[in-house]
Amino acid sequence: MKETVRIGTGSGWWGDRISPAAELAKHGQLDYLCFETMAEATISAAQVRARRDPSFVGHDTYLEERLRAVLPACLAHGTKIVSNQGWINPDAAAAQAVAILRELGATGVKVAAINGSLITARVLSLTETILENGQPTETLAETLISAEVYLGAEPIVQALNQGAAIVFTGRVADPSLFLAPLMHEFGWDSLDHERLARGSAIGHLLECGAQVTGGYFVDPGFKDVERPWDLGFPIAEVTQDGSCVIGKLANTGGCVTCQTVKEQMLYEVHDPANYLTPDVTVDFTTAVVEQVGIDRVRVSGVSGKPRSPTLKVSMGCLEGFVGEDMFFYAGPGALKRAEIAKTVLLERFKIVDLQAEDIRIDYLGLNAIHGLATPDSAPEPYEVAVRVAARTKTREEATKVGREVDGMAVSGIAHTGKRVPFQDRVREVIGIWSALVARDSVQATVSMSRS
Amino acid sequence: MKVTLQRVAHTRSGDKGNTSNIAVFAYESCFYDVLREQLTAERFKAFYRGAIKGEVTRYEVANIEAFNFVCEGALGGGVSRNLALDNYGKALSAVILGFELEVPDDWATRLRGLPSKKGEQD
Repeated sequence: MKETVRIGTGSGWWGDRISPAAELAKHGQLDYLCFETMAEATISAAQVRARRDPSFVGHDTYLEERLRAVLPACLAHGTKIVSNQGWINPDAAAAQAVAILRELGATGVKVAAINGSLITARVLSLTETILENGQPTETLAETLISAEVYLGAEPIVQALNQGAAIVFTGRVADPSLFLAPLMHEFGWDSLDHERLARGSAIGHLLECGAQVTGGYFVDPGFKDVERPWDLGFPIAEVTQDGSCVIGKLANTGGCVTCQTVKEQMLYEVHDPANYLTPDVTVDFTTAVVEQVGIDRVRVSGVSGKPRSPTLKVSMGCLEGFVGEDMFFYAGPGALKRAEIAKTVLLERFKIVDLQAEDIRIDYLGLNAIHGLATPDSAPEPYEVAVRVAARTKTREEATKVGREVDGMAVSGIAHTGKRVPFQDRVREVIGIWSALVARDSVQATVSMSRS
Repeated sequence: MKVTLQRVAHTRSGDKGNTSNIAVFAYESCFYDVLREQLTAERFKAFYRGAIKGEVTRYEVANIEAFNFVCEGALGGGVSRNLALDNYGKALSAVILGFELEVPDDWATRLRGLPSKKGEQD
């Protein structure tokens, strides 16, 4: 058994940079490189796209680019890959990896695909209540496009135990991607909640990539970071007891400090003593965070409680559309022109009988980001964009927003800056709802292929 | 003296559904007690002036000298439904940096950064 396992993050979200992953693969002396590429609505959006675009196979759209960037180094160093890039089609992701491996001359490499997360067809019979509003899940029957269970680390461990060098999953809880290699390497039992909690905490710290190495952190004069244009992705050196040191490659920008680690520890956490994952309930309130070297932070003492008897299901529903656009003012009186432009738009929406569930018109430069929380004392901006968005039931209604902004070009206010529309100004709303299912109603499966 | 929160703490926000969690981290141990006493859940919510529609729950995380403010109804119905330009609320954590705290005068040399606006006495 290894004394220390080195895990790196290959991506913290779908759009993440690729070159830091390549650097980690080359120079990180990694045992594992893990990729997290999904947001809450990723699966549902992929389902919608797959229905309309037959050429879309259903895995991470950057899969090939990411694999080509890291595979040669991973093969050279024996680094295994765990990745949720399978989205709605882990088998296709595995097939793509096998094809690239063969092209690279690497034969006999085992690639696993984990299925079982998608339960769209039976979710309404398996679940009762929507967690967010207490309504029966049956009320989603008309609009439901996808339902997926958040699987845990166990099926990934199973794949690694069977010798997989690369594992693709669909929906898995993000920390589980990183916990699984630790369970496999250290032989942790799936009911050992203390160690699983520590491993899940490490996964939680790594799952957003550079957010623990100086990303989403720089605040000049308060939190300064070196070379913020070249942030290294994180590496965790984990020991058998589940404590770790978070670090990064020496020649990269960014930093790993108690501050970056603490900020990430609470990122997207509600009750810090009860962070629920499919594997365990994590208690961060006992964690000890210590700087033990330059860009090296030790995390120990995380504790845990047994996992809950249920798993979370995420249900995506087609709920309508958002139409949005913006136009611009600058110079003396800019805000006053923006204000009358808002009045013009609201009157125009009445004239064209815009049927909207909600309309929002902001002054970007003054209150578009903080909204109602903007202080009264905020200074008047020199430049301001009028940004308008409306949520509607139909695409036709949402299109009216952009069409009315078009009218502001020659029928609007003096000194109106305007873009010729170069993109679709309507997006589809995929609302996400949650429910719980019994653990034993979901069976994950591992299928193995070889390059 | 009065100082803004930015000089004693750093913050980060995260999203889940229609809930934003905004965590506040003391730069130094002695700043933590001032935050505990003065930055209550009620004052936190009031400072957002209506941008947080639901309840705010404050979790104390003393081991890392932090407070986690869980703000329900802060994301316009949920990330995908939100009409706000910043639909994940990634910038919401900056609002509270402007919250005013009363701190001892002899902290002047320990505060981070420089006064953010006129009228601060340090």
